[in-house]
Amino acid sequence: MIPRKFEYLAPTTLAQAVSFLRKYKDAKVLSGGMSLIPMMKLRLVSPQYIVDINNIKGLNYIKDGGRVVRIGALARHADIEHSPIIKKKLPLLAEAAPQIADMQVRNLGTFIGSLAHADPAADWPASILALDAELVAQGTGKRRIKAVKFFKGPFETALKPTEILVEAVIPVPSGPKVGQAYLKFERKAGDYATVGVAASAVLNQKNEVQSLGIGLTAVAPAPFKATEAEEILLGQRPTKDLIEKAAQAAADMSDPSSDLRGSAEYKREMAKVFTRRALNKAFERAGVSV
Amino acid sequence: MAAKKMVKQTEPAKKNVSVEINGVKYSYDVEPRLLLVHFIREYAGLTGTHIGCDTTNCGACTVLMQFDGKWKAIKSCTYFAVQANGKKILTIEGMAKGDELHPLQKAFWEHHGLQCGYCTPGMIMASAGFLMINPNPTEEEVRHGISGNLCRCTGYVNIVKAILAAAEEIRSSGKPVVEV
Ligand SMILES: Cc1cc2nc3c(=O)[nH]c(=O)nc-3n(C[C@H](O)[C@H](O)[C@H](O)COP(=O)(O)OP(=O)(O)OC[C@H]3O[C@@H](n4cnc5c(N)ncnc54)[C@H](O)[C@@H]3O)c2cc1C
Ligand code: FES
Ligand code: FES
Repeated sequence: MIPRKFEYLAPTTLAQAVSFLRKYKDAKVLSGGMSLIPMMKLRLVSPQYIVDINNIKGLNYIKDGGRVVRIGALARHADIEHSPIIKKKLPLLAEAAPQIADMQVRNLGTFIGSLAHADPAADWPASILALDAELVAQGTGKRRIKAVKFFKGPFETALKPTEILVEAVIPVPSGPKVGQAYLKFERKAGDYATVGVAASAVLNQKNEVQSLGIGLTAVAPAPFKATEAEEILLGQRPTKDLIEKAAQAAADMSDPSSDLRGSAEYKREMAKVFTRRALNKAFERAGVSV
Repeated sequence: MAAKKMVKQTEPAKKNVSVEINGVKYSYDVEPRLLLVHFIREYAGLTGTHIGCDTTNCGACTVLMQFDGKWKAIKSCTYFAVQANGKKILTIEGMAKGDELHPLQKAFWEHHGLQCGYCTPGMIMASAGFLMINPNPTEEEVRHGISGNLCRCTGYVNIVKAILAAAEEIRSSGKPVVEV
């Protein structure tokens, strides 16, 4: 399968890359290429210009900034999978990474590219919603976008066509008791999620939920933060009953569509089951048994 | 939408691509849309790298490429040749040293890790990439490591055995997984 013809541009600075995007209207950023190239081969998209950002130095990083972790535009899925900083500070991402695609795809595909692509079944969006991350977009200026404001619909984000997503700033959950989990339900190895649930919990000494983030993917036109489920548990000591109610609330917020991975009804049920399991696991890892 | 784009179609300039494959330099002017796998097979004439699915699923096109400072396995059907400009690549043809097979090749032979052999070059290159990340894997980890490679013949059991055996031989030899 051969894509349509295009002009290849390989800027070496971000400013140059942005100026290409401003100059050429029908241009696409190429980062890992693990979604863009398959789509071009299928001719689902055929941009006239490709702006390859892989030659821009200083974009592949995972930085420990104490209370936040910063992930740069060219950090690959595999870099996150094997990063000691991520393991220690954001184990939710370390748990999600090896469940994405396969080794070869993870070697090239980028965390930021996956967010920019906004596939409604991708894994990273749910994770950054649960962790309340902020994203940094670079146009002629820089602006920060909260994860909850970023995902607008299937393959649709708050990013402008002339902007490049350059960084994710992820707060490190901290408090007396911290637990995180990412659970993905897939039909076969390397498949996209039927449902994916990210949960990040902080509890106080009395075992009351101090903060909670729950992100779901693949069960709505865009990944979403299950705020109604979070509210049920906030300030409470988690019990079986409350977790069940929260899981139901997450499922009620979902809006799945029927496809090869299952009927809408089945997916909504799985959203409940996997939210329950993700919460149980996060609380268990925080040292609180329910 | 597609029709409109066709009208707007320009004739893009060819780009020079120079890559080192198995220590040999290849330099050609190519269309930006040329995929790396076609550069390797049709321009460099190295047909050991196969095309199975052409949709990033089967891994038959797997090669090693040096980028971000490391050798890593990638699927060459999902990478443009222009992106590889200036980089080093290793294909199945570069694995043996003269008559001496690479430990992975030897292990695939000894443990019957292949039948028709179509998936084998990709399987071996993926295994090499995997062992560089995890030199001492469990069976479970091997299975996860090669989950991007499909084999329609063997049922994987002997492939997994071969990779575990090669891993052990490479570890005890004290040599790196690939010598380039
Ligand atoms: C076989 C296979 C299995 C997969 N399985 C999964 C899976 O299980 N879970 C999952 O989440 N994903 C999966 N993926 C997708 C994979 O994670 C991609 O890497 C990811 O979706 C896109 O990231 P990329 O860096 O490859 O982006 P690219 O493919 O380079 O780009 C994707 C889109 O985002 C835009 N873009 C990229 N980077 C930027 C940027 N910095 N700023 C602005 N726009 C940008 C591009 O213009 C393009 O439109 C799979 C892919 C394959 C091929
Ligand atoms: S041919 Fe590249 S993955 Fe199948
Ligand atoms: S040996 Fe035939 S496909 Fe693997």
